[in-house]
Amino acid sequence: MRVFEDQGHRRGTVVKGRLLPVLAVVAALFALWYVAVVPMNIREVLSSAEREGAVVTPSSAVERQQVGRIALVFMNLEHIGPSWSSDRSRLPSPHQVAREIWASTWDEEVNSRRGIVQTGSLSNRSLIHHGIITLSATVVGFLIGAGLGVLLAIGIVHNRAMDMSVMPWAIVSQTIPIVAIAPMIIVVLNAAGVQGLLPKAIISAYLSFFPVVVGMVKGLRTPDAMQLDQMKTWSAGQGAVLWKLRLPASVPYLFASLKIAIAASLVGTIVGELPVQRGGLGARMLAGSYYGNTEQIWAALFAAALMAAVLIWAVGWIERRTMRAMGGQP
Amino acid sequence: MTLVWSALAFWAAAWAVNAWLTRDAGRARHPVVRLAVPVIFGATILVVWELVVRGLQVPRVILPPPSMIWATFTTSLPMLWRDFVQTIVMGAMSGLAMGTLAALAVGILVDRYDGLRRGLMPVASFMAALPIVGTAPILVMWFGFGWQSKAAVVVLMVFFPMLVNVVAGLADTTAMQRDLMRTYGAGYWATLVKLRLPAALPFIFNGLKIASTLAMIGAIVAEFFGSPTQGIGFRISASNGQLAMDMVWSAILVGALAGTLVYGAIAMIEKRVTFWHPSQRG
Repeated sequence: MRVFEDQGHRRGTVVKGRLLPVLAVVAALFALWYVAVVPMNIREVLSSAEREGAVVTPSSAVERQQVGRIALVFMNLEHIGPSWSSDRSRLPSPHQVAREIWASTWDEEVNSRRGIVQTGSLSNRSLIHHGIITLSATVVGFLIGAGLGVLLAIGIVHNRAMDMSVMPWAIVSQTIPIVAIAPMIIVVLNAAGVQGLLPKAIISAYLSFFPVVVGMVKGLRTPDAMQLDQMKTWSAGQGAVLWKLRLPASVPYLFASLKIAIAASLVGTIVGELPVQRGGLGARMLAGSYYGNTEQIWAALFAAALMAAVLIWAVGWIERRTMRAMGGQP
Repeated sequence: MTLVWSALAFWAAAWAVNAWLTRDAGRARHPVVRLAVPVIFGATILVVWELVVRGLQVPRVILPPPSMIWATFTTSLPMLWRDFVQTIVMGAMSGLAMGTLAALAVGILVDRYDGLRRGLMPVASFMAALPIVGTAPILVMWFGFGWQSKAAVVVLMVFFPMLVNVVAGLADTTAMQRDLMRTYGAGYWATLVKLRLPAALPFIFNGLKIASTLAMIGAIVAEFFGSPTQGIGFRISASNGQLAMDMVWSAILVGALAGTLVYGAIAMIEKRVTFWHPSQRG
């Protein structure tokens, strides 16, 4: 009983000690956002107030161009009310973004005539539909990239010629803005008749490949000479050394690089969706930017952030399960 | 078809040379061999690429041979130089400088106030993993098509990884070192400048290496959402539309060279500045 009380007590302090400051920071960020909405949208808000016949302090739009945004706010304090609710704002306020997310997920699927309830398939205007497109390309690409990365790392550890010829290029390639190639690969593969999920998956595989190679080579090399000698005294072959010593030793390194790799895969997929407008969160962002629909961009951005968080959390969850199954300290 | 067979033969021969060069561990440690092996590998890829593209008559709009890319690169150097200045110098480097300085300032503040550290750091390490490049369309809308919007994207992208590294670095002193500073009668600022900032340098350089790549990516991708008529990202998307793949690859070559140069410069400064750190001692 005493033990349980202790644990409960400790959990209580953890919540107080860690969650509270984080919540305070997040609340401060949202407050800052609400404040920033006013000067960001002030010109548009004043213009529409002027159209409705209100008296605005510098009375013409040309004169207002000469005045700074923050100065305009203080000159027209009585007109800032619509800042938080105007359409087509330069910076939508958080509740407008939340409403857009709701409208393009639940509302679109359940109540609209294109939604899953009416038609049986996901609406092509909903964030869920675009999110699934992005998610599937990311996961497929990540699995391909990570798998090939592990295989290459095993080859590098066992073959000195491979190590010395490939590793320097693998490290150099980390310094190159590889994502910049993404649109080109998409267009080239499109021209060659490869469409849909695969081109994006190739890019995200390419991006997740090198972090895994570099991390995995480091991990497979962690066993020191003494441990390798020990395996030799047990007359273990290369395969047994790999399976029973090197691979288990590399697991922490593998997961550390997998977390980087999956975040990189997601970035690769989103950038890969920019040139070919066939759905996905990247396509939503670009469409929003073409039509000046900022709420749509922000909604897609939050969906991408949520997806990144879930993917990294999932890798972390598998890591904790694996470490526990291997008997280590999680 | 002969060209394809000779490509395969060249590959096999080069691989045999590399295998022979590295068979003996003593010989493999020789500096000339250490340089030659990756160079042979890189050259092999270029030769095989050239021969296969020519041999199979791959259309130019899908994959141009390296010789053609090189020819385009050398003939359009003045234009590519303007792209380089627009994207790398004005966009990426100014953003990298602003983002790094901001992260240093915030990092020192966060390190000073424990409540701020516990509140901000989980948020910062979460933000560091997000696809921040997605803010590019918004920032291009706010700051216009010029280099300012690219610098803004870069600032956002590099800020969080840098902040995480700065804070981790400032915490990387032992109790013994801090006690020693106290016995010297050093206050907070003296300890910060003489002990903790130098101790944080390896972390800061580690962050800078990550951030320099992110800066290139941010500056180039932001140009896909709108740019003046120069810049590496603009060149890639515009030439892509004209199916001028040789120009696309030349622009990518500029980006690759710039990335390698910046990374190399940071690594060199790191070697000079943090010579005392174990990772820099042979």
